[in-house]
Amino acid sequence: MVMSYILAGMFAISAVFALLTGSAQEASAAAITGAGDAVALVISITGAICFWSGVMEVMEQSGLAGGLSRILRPIIKFLFPGAKNDDAAGKAIAENMSANLLGLGNAATPAGLRAAQRLKGRDLAMLIVINSASMQLLPTTIAAIRQSAGAANGFDIIIPVWIASICSVTAGVIAVRLLYRKDG
Amino acid sequence: MLVPALLAFVTVFGACRGVDVYAAMIKGAGEGLKTAAKILPPVIIMLSAVTLLRQSGFFELFTRLISPVLSLFGIPAETTPIILIRPFSGTGALAVVSELLTRYGANSYVGRTASVMMGSTETTFYVLAVYFGATKTGKLKKAVFAALLADFVSYVVSALAVRIFF
Repeated sequence: MVMSYILAGMFAISAVFALLTGSAQEASAAAITGAGDAVALVISITGAICFWSGVMEVMEQSGLAGGLSRILRPIIKFLFPGAKNDDAAGKAIAENMSANLLGLGNAATPAGLRAAQRLKGRDLAMLIVINSASMQLLPTTIAAIRQSAGAANGFDIIIPVWIASICSVTAGVIAVRLLYRKDG
Repeated sequence: MLVPALLAFVTVFGACRGVDVYAAMIKGAGEGLKTAAKILPPVIIMLSAVTLLRQSGFFELFTRLISPVLSLFGIPAETTPIILIRPFSGTGALAVVSELLTRYGANSYVGRTASVMMGSTETTFYVLAVYFGATKTGKLKKAVFAALLADFVSYVVSALAVRIFF
């Protein structure tokens, strides 16, 4: 429902501004141009979406996420002290985080929700905040859009993406620690 | 070099683990096709709305109004549209980034910053809704604040990192 309000708001604001700036003629054309551009955009990135989905399927089938989960174990113990003695929760969190890192959205959410059922208080908040921040190692969709918009290599922004992701996750983790201090 | 190395690693590792790598890639690519078909309708609607908003002169005015605040944090005001839509809609943000890249260029400061913002954040309110829906604790208001703070940090660092890196 939220999206309906946003969309209606966007069209309402556009109508008011088009009237005020006297650009109703151009605005009428703009909506239809945008729709056409959207089709061109999605077609131009469909190849990349398919290709990376293929790579991710291989990652999933070969158990790469499982290997990554084991590496993440110590980090999870540090971030989720309440889940220390709950092996099932620890496993689900590890699965959720490694799927997020590899960009396997379809695998991340079920694992995350399984973990959420077993967590409470600060640990639950931590899980939610980490999931709402991005940890994807390969920003494949944005790379595809950049390349179709004329970047020589769509992944040229990968290091700034990593830096921004790390800072943002760290800020979220610190915020949860401070805000939920009383929860231990 | 990153992409070729990754592809080599994933396929060789998969083959060594006995995965039918070729079949898996075909299967995944087929699923990608479904993903593309699924995002097309929302991208059409959102990009129409975004193009209309741009044409109406709203972005221009809003950008000028918010510029002094954002410049305190080193964020280029031209990226306001993505900051506004990113937490609510992934496809909407996709439409906005694409519009900014067409308008300012993929290799411009604005284009790069918008790309990094997009790549380093999630659809925050969507994620919050999914997890809040599945859990029934009331003590999560502070988590919303932490999640939005993380987004804000990502925007500030995106602008900074692009300035330093390029």
